[in-house]
Amino acid sequence: MHPKPEPIEYTKKIYKPIIARAEYWPVMQLSRNRRSFIEEVTEASIERILETKPTRAALIEELETTLHREKHRIKQNAWAVDPEDDAEFWGEVQKLLVTISSDTNGKTTGQEKELLRRILYRYVEEIAGSFQHNSYRFARRAITFGFSRLLNASRVKGFSSLWSNQYSLQDKLHIAGETDHIRSLAQKGVVVMVPTHFSNLDSILIGWVIHVLGLPPFIYGAGLNLFNIGVIAYFMNSLGAYKVDRRKKNVIYLEALKTYSSLAIQKGCHSLFFPGGTRSRSGKIEKRLKLGLLSSAMEAQREMYQKEQKGGEPARKVFIVPVSLNYNFVLEAPSLINEYLKIKGQERYYVETDRYSNSYKIMKFLLKFFTRGSDISVSIGRGMDLLGNYVDDEGNSYDNNGKVIETRDYFVSNGEVTKDKQREQEYTRMLSEAIVLEYHRINRVFPSHLVAFVAFEMLQKKYDKLDLFSLLRLSEEELTIPYADFKATFERMRDVVVRMYHQNKIHVDPNLMGDVDKVITYGLKNVGMYHSKRTLMRDKRGDITTEDMNTLFYYHNRLVGYELEQHI
Amino acid sequence: MNKGVKAIGVIGAGSFGLAMANMLAEKNDVLLYARRLESVTHIEAHDSYKGKSLHSRIRATNNMEELASRCNVIFPIVPAANFRSMMRELAPYLHPYHILIHGTKGLDMCLPKGTPQSANPKIDRSCIRTMSEVIREESVVVRIGCLAGPNLATELMQRQPAATVVASHFKEVINEGIRLLRTDRFQVYGSDDLVGVELCGVLKNIIAIASGAISGLGLGSNAQALLISRGMVEMIYLGKALGGDVHAFIGLAGVGDLVATCTSTLSRNFTVGYRLAQGETLSQIMATMEETAEGVHTVKVMKMLAENMKVRAPITQSLHKVLFEDMKVELALQYLMKYPFNIDVDFL
Repeated sequence: MHPKPEPIEYTKKIYKPIIARAEYWPVMQLSRNRRSFIEEVTEASIERILETKPTRAALIEELETTLHREKHRIKQNAWAVDPEDDAEFWGEVQKLLVTISSDTNGKTTGQEKELLRRILYRYVEEIAGSFQHNSYRFARRAITFGFSRLLNASRVKGFSSLWSNQYSLQDKLHIAGETDHIRSLAQKGVVVMVPTHFSNLDSILIGWVIHVLGLPPFIYGAGLNLFNIGVIAYFMNSLGAYKVDRRKKNVIYLEALKTYSSLAIQKGCHSLFFPGGTRSRSGKIEKRLKLGLLSSAMEAQREMYQKEQKGGEPARKVFIVPVSLNYNFVLEAPSLINEYLKIKGQERYYVETDRYSNSYKIMKFLLKFFTRGSDISVSIGRGMDLLGNYVDDEGNSYDNNGKVIETRDYFVSNGEVTKDKQREQEYTRMLSEAIVLEYHRINRVFPSHLVAFVAFEMLQKKYDKLDLFSLLRLSEEELTIPYADFKATFERMRDVVVRMYHQNKIHVDPNLMGDVDKVITYGLKNVGMYHSKRTLMRDKRGDITTEDMNTLFYYHNRLVGYELEQHI
Repeated sequence: MNKGVKAIGVIGAGSFGLAMANMLAEKNDVLLYARRLESVTHIEAHDSYKGKSLHSRIRATNNMEELASRCNVIFPIVPAANFRSMMRELAPYLHPYHILIHGTKGLDMCLPKGTPQSANPKIDRSCIRTMSEVIREESVVVRIGCLAGPNLATELMQRQPAATVVASHFKEVINEGIRLLRTDRFQVYGSDDLVGVELCGVLKNIIAIASGAISGLGLGSNAQALLISRGMVEMIYLGKALGGDVHAFIGLAGVGDLVATCTSTLSRNFTVGYRLAQGETLSQIMATMEETAEGVHTVKVMKMLAENMKVRAPITQSLHKVLFEDMKVELALQYLMKYPFNIDVDFL
């Protein structure tokens, strides 16, 4: 059942929607029953919290911690999107808590649970998305229309270009990999898509890919900060987003969030997680994944098996589908890599800044992206079950020897599906390892990645006595590589990469094949192409040089983790 | 045997396998897998095997399918050299609900394809598998654990007090091990450092051979203590090179097992060293030993690893010379005494 290497060339296909009528989309059903779903999530969250805080004293302590943190948040870090009655609500919570915790003769017994319910209800209400089919349709059209107008304007010459349909988005955004497979899985069970995360563009891009593949909309958690901006909030809501507030790190909120995700999966909503958490700062493919949301998928699957009735419908399976997004150019690269170096250079606390999250910046980026070329490819990986076993189109899991595995059995002890948090934690860790492996397998090597990797590694070898920070500080004159040397190394490295491709360890872009000089030229032109300082270029003598070691390091990092260094 | 209730499986009718089967049978029905049909028929017909008494709740089989279908928890206890092939036979019948807790204290070598047999291959961690890793590679089972600690089979058979460590990433597996094995004369400790505990069991065998040699030379307690404590340090160095953590080595599976095997004539590995010092050759010893002394193979693997990864392992290296390069034990000891150590403890 191990996937075979996909062909290198891209194919352009038209996919029919797998569920034609929108009212049958799981996400539609969820939003139609929004109220009762919120109540369900609230009740389930209460149960979960009471499990870890079984005594009255422990629960009161948890409530007090939450109150303290929330008051701190309101004072120190209020956002436009916060509800107006925030301070009022928490003021009331405080009053009630004072009465409850000073009560020694048990008069207020039960009130602490009631308070927990109120807080949870408020949280879940905030988290819950409000998917609207009309606005989904509008948003989707606006995006597709806008994108293709921009695209044609940039590529087809003349005034009429604005209305030309010569180019569609698929000419620029290549969708590769297991496309039919994911469509099949979405019909057999619930898909949880887990893409790599490099840029703020990712979620828009993925939303578009999901639509092109004919899949019903996925739900995904989007940072609450994005909802500060009116227009974006509209799009986010209509694309099926639920809200994640990264300021709230209290246990009660986190439980509500996980429960929401878990129950939505159980209701059949395909979901999208960025398991790396935030965008990769170093430009490396994520190695450590955040286990929180992944564990909610694990839990959802186990609960689905637990709820399975004998003789009734078999529980649906949850499928994890890794997706790799491959860019020549990441708008945020310079600031991301600077943050990374800052953290690495001096282990001091730093405040996360999100410079590209306002609408102006995103628009500017989109404009640049569409008007100036530079391809993006999206590789869909093979689906796997929650233990990281590959599945076939029917959704059956297989082990390394091609034997069918019953996924339910992983959750079985002494013949019954049981809940075991520690076991699921361990499974989630194993799953995250499998996802990382799949990321590396489906990652597409662009010429721009390889020129950056080769150039940086050659420079590092040339100055092998220098540590990373001294290397990054070298002057431009010191950072040249004779073209002939570069070409020879590049060619050798390309052979290595192609060999790895045949071993199904990595994927390659069609532009990487063919005449070496042309490939190098193409790579140099595309690597970080719109940064104000060129990441790589040829100087007057034709040698390879860089204006910006930091971004070179960033783009080079994309190929770290394959042990390619040894071939330099 | 009651059909509805699951039995506990044990694979391997060696002395440790039999000892474990007897202990498990105190609380549960046990299904013991033996490879040879004669052994199975003998065990079924008698209440003792190879001079060791058998608990009445032990039944025998040589059918892997039966074993897997009748047992949810299985204890594989076979020599490391046969472990992988045993797993390949068992794997088709295993499911993800099975729990495997092994008691094998050896390593599996797997060189990359195309490596010439004769050449001195470059050994690093990627060529070595612990038994839990073999189980993962060969089967769908993920709930894996191991047993390690001072558990000399003969003493267990005599129902003397002892203790063991069950190590696993899964609390469920540890609890299952405790539930099945704990009695008022057998303590069971838990650890989440699976690989660390496995490595303790594996590496102590090297030191056990050396200790037997010291004893065979007629040397006294000072020399013995010197060897054990320096051996401990060497185990930690090698364990670290294999990705293990120091903690396990100072526990029951590390120092506990080390003291037991280095001071007891009941240990097979100790016996190998003892007889070497008495002047026998390795092939003479191997020819007359009933069961595998894992340490011999471990010395071979770890010597290559130590050289390749530049780990300081003088005891392992000297033992290699004695075992495979015809060096006299006395000479190896001289070499060790001249080895330039100066810092006592530098790993904590």
